Amino acid sequence: MDDLLREFLTETNESLDTVDVELVRFEQEPNNAKILDNVFRLVHTIKGTCGFLGLPRLEALAHAAETLMGKFRDGMPVTGDAVTLILSTIDRLKDVLNGLEQTEAEPAGDDKDLIGDLERMAVEGTVPSAAAPKAEPIAAKRTVGTLIDQTLERPLRPGEVSLDELERAFRETAVEVPAVAKKADAPKAEEKPKSAKAERKSFAGEDEEKPDSKVANQSIRVNVDTLESLMTMVSELVLTRNQLLEIARRHEDSEFKVPLQRLSNVTAELQEGVMKTRMQPIGNAWQKLPRIIRDLASELNKEIELEMHGADTELDRQVLDLIKDPLTHMVRNSADHGLETPEQRRAANKPEKGTIRLSAYHEGGHIIIEIADDGRGLNSARIKQKAIEQGLATEHEIEKMTEAQVHKFIFAPGFSTAAQVTNVSGRGVGMDVVRNNIDQIGGTIDVKSVPGEGSSFTIKIPLTLAIVSALIVEAGGDRFAIPQLAVIELVRAQSNSEHRIERIKDAPVLRLRNKLLPLIHLKKLLKMDGAAESGAENGFIVVTQVGNQTFGIVVDGVFHTEEIVVKPMSTKLRHIAMFSGNTILGDGSVIMIIDPNGIAQTVGSAGTRTEEAEVQQSAQLEKMVSLLVFRAGSQQPKAVPLSLVTRLEEIDCKKIELSNGRHLVQYRGQLMPLVRVSDEVRVRNEGAQPLLVFSDGGRSMGLVVDEIVDIVEDRLDIQVGSDAPGMLGSAVIKGQATEIIDIAHFLPLAFEDWFRRKEMKSDALTLSLLFVDDSAFFRNMLVPVLKAAGYDVTAVGAPQEALAIIKKGQRFDAIISDIEMPGMNGFELAEAIRADARAAHVPIIALSSITSPATIERGRQAGFHDFVAKFDRQGLIAALKETTVDFVEAA
Amino acid sequence: MSNDNIVAESLIEYVTVMIGGQLFGLPISRVQDVFMPDRMTRVPLSEPEIAGVLNLRGRIVTAIDMRRRLGLPPRSDDKPTMAVGIELRGESYGLLIDTVGEVMKLGDATLEPNPVNLDGRLARVSAGVHRLDGQLMVILDVDSVLNASAEPLAA
Repeated sequence: MDDLLREFLTETNESLDTVDVELVRFEQEPNNAKILDNVFRLVHTIKGTCGFLGLPRLEALAHAAETLMGKFRDGMPVTGDAVTLILSTIDRLKDVLNGLEQTEAEPAGDDKDLIGDLERMAVEGTVPSAAAPKAEPIAAKRTVGTLIDQTLERPLRPGEVSLDELERAFRETAVEVPAVAKKADAPKAEEKPKSAKAERKSFAGEDEEKPDSKVANQSIRVNVDTLESLMTMVSELVLTRNQLLEIARRHEDSEFKVPLQRLSNVTAELQEGVMKTRMQPIGNAWQKLPRIIRDLASELNKEIELEMHGADTELDRQVLDLIKDPLTHMVRNSADHGLETPEQRRAANKPEKGTIRLSAYHEGGHIIIEIADDGRGLNSARIKQKAIEQGLATEHEIEKMTEAQVHKFIFAPGFSTAAQVTNVSGRGVGMDVVRNNIDQIGGTIDVKSVPGEGSSFTIKIPLTLAIVSALIVEAGGDRFAIPQLAVIELVRAQSNSEHRIERIKDAPVLRLRNKLLPLIHLKKLLKMDGAAESGAENGFIVVTQVGNQTFGIVVDGVFHTEEIVVKPMSTKLRHIAMFSGNTILGDGSVIMIIDPNGIAQTVGSAGTRTEEAEVQQSAQLEKMVSLLVFRAGSQQPKAVPLSLVTRLEEIDCKKIELSNGRHLVQYRGQLMPLVRVSDEVRVRNEGAQPLLVFSDGGRSMGLVVDEIVDIVEDRLDIQVGSDAPGMLGSAVIKGQATEIIDIAHFLPLAFEDWFRRKEMKSDALTLSLLFVDDSAFFRNMLVPVLKAAGYDVTAVGAPQEALAIIKKGQRFDAIISDIEMPGMNGFELAEAIRADARAAHVPIIALSSITSPATIERGRQAGFHDFVAKFDRQGLIAALKETTVDFVEAA
Repeated sequence: MSNDNIVAESLIEYVTVMIGGQLFGLPISRVQDVFMPDRMTRVPLSEPEIAGVLNLRGRIVTAIDMRRRLGLPPRSDDKPTMAVGIELRGESYGLLIDTVGEVMKLGDATLEPNPVNLDGRLARVSAGVHRLDGQLMVILDVDSVLNASAEPLAA
């Protein structure tokens, strides 16, 4: 009986959690019969099992809930009140189950109140003529719920179950008959005289639903320690196997070979299996959230929508357990304090329904979890005041702080314990506790908030306990692991091949498919012996992407990929940003795991870095542009975005020909016109002439420059506009005023028809475009390109402007939007456009410097049709053609 | 009998080791095991005293070169290095030493505080000195060895 009871408790608790989730879904989609069938079946099963085990309180409650749900199935309208009632019944069931778990007997007490409510609801909701059950407190009357009593005492009423069914329910639940066996059961049940029509319906539903239903998943609970020790033993087994294999290799023709091979395979499978047991989808931690949000929404009189993305992102079970509570806490915070009341939202011109978005994804060996709301945002003024009151900072210090720094105070220990902050400023109940929990597992938490637009919390958890696939590389005689997630491709560089490492000043770069890739030598980065002589143009390049940054890590050798268990580094090594952990390889040796994020930070910022820089980094990275700095005509440096440049060349001046007053050079079998940035630039007569080569659609143009200076990564912020032809304006780059040249101006100088030739048919159909980008630079650069391609372009500098234009009723054939914009980002804009009936079907193309799969996925969810890298003009035109053609055809 | 007990209580057992010609004693309660470090992986960018990391029966052990920790010259002979395994807050460390000696039971009678002129690096990790026959044994304060080196970083 004990075992039976325990199994019942485990399973019922799981079922109830599922019911919670399903009911909330059901309330949103009251016409979804599948959900209802599912809920109904779960409650029904619980009821049946309780009856068998002699648990009258549970049974009566479940029965009453089932009766009400039966009414739903018969067509009674589903009201929020009814769902609330059922949910509170489920809470009561959980209470009783808790008591049952502790004392092995149902706790005393009765549930007349709830059952009465449930039955009243069932009666009032039905048509008067229907056979509604009398409002009769069943549980109160019945004393012992044994099987025989139940069938003999009174006739079955609609919605109740017969003994047969109870037995069947028991067979199904306690013994866990697999779906196949159950199918055989169902017809048998139908042959017998049936009491309720509704019941029969549920059988049909059951058989359809069973395969994907959660209850069907048979599971056992295993202590994490057990798994941990299992894992250690498997590791030992792997080591022993490897030793055996080594011995076998030395003895040719060994009769051990075949069984050893088999042992090897089995070990590998075992290892994989054990590793898998520790991984769980993050959705498990989210399971309770829809219910919590629903309850909060009705309690606070708010309308809240909870969106969950990436629920199947897997992470280590232990980590999952540790972040479950902080997550719940934060979602509750967002609902409670972040979102405004419907009245306030209406007043702020927002949809009444507030949205909380939870998303999880892997990025560069970390798991990122975001909790974002579109509420009022953090109250900076209040946080400042509180920080001063609590002596965390002086008024003077606070004045100098950025918003982001101020917001960080909400994580300060004890900051939010004072209730008045919560009431007034709205945020921060126990955020320090949340942060502590996350710190414990070596994660970080960050907050971004825009007043009136919402806040978003980003939790980054390193895969300390998780298993990652890693590329094993060698540098300076040591082996290192690079998480495969960050690796895009491998390139072998050789001095005599197309892929060779070139240098601009001291910066090594690689030409890769018409792009220049900045390189970093791992040896140098790690300050290893022999780093100085790494000047060779050979090596393996691990092309790595972190966020929007792509760079190549030069290593001496590449071995293989291996599934590794990331082990945390000793506290003595944790300060080294280049490593995220260490691991024991299959051969028993320990190697360090490279942290691509750490490398990206070094690559991106050569200068000094402070904590503030790190805080601001994510924001800045979005605006970082690789620029090629050169001199032409004057001493003042000029720059052009590196990604626009196809190649850097030095051409022997003897090859430059003068034809028809224009300089030409034979380049890759074609005549390439040379264009000067300004008249002051002289084309050299002797020696080598440096050129920037721009290619587009098979044509190339060479821009004559005096000297190529450097490649820098910097913010591109054009401060002074320019009327001079070919100049967009001036920006400060690496502390020096630099002219930014407008390539779009020079291309037609080389070929007059540069922009026109491809777009012949565009006259026939002029399409109108809306182009949203906060950067004047990109607007200036792309608008001419788009116009030349035959589009009628309306460019705006802010998403709000774009929305205003759409609201005014102007129609567009396509919308192009930047992603990273202040105030409202591209995703939000896309969502807003999708929500507007007039523009809902207009294709939207995202223009972004971040094109990681995760971003693209988020973009798709937000409603973007396509994703184009920011400088990829050809890609943009192609994407535009594709989407607008589809659109025009569809229209 | 009661006298014996008092004496026994004040006796502490030490594992003695040699580092750069100096005798050190580690309280036996803190010593996990003594092993021969094998297949050490160096860790780039770490402090000089970190000799590397190694796999000891499935656990990753951080090895600390005690000679470098104490500012002593590296070994000139090529005898095998030994390591003393220490656990601190759930992490495993191995202190690399020259040789391991015997286990000694010592009472307070021979214990002296650190001489004031003791080298600073040594004084920071020493919990006192025992006057033994013919030589002096410095008591190695394991916690200071593992903690103190983090100070320059924090500053």
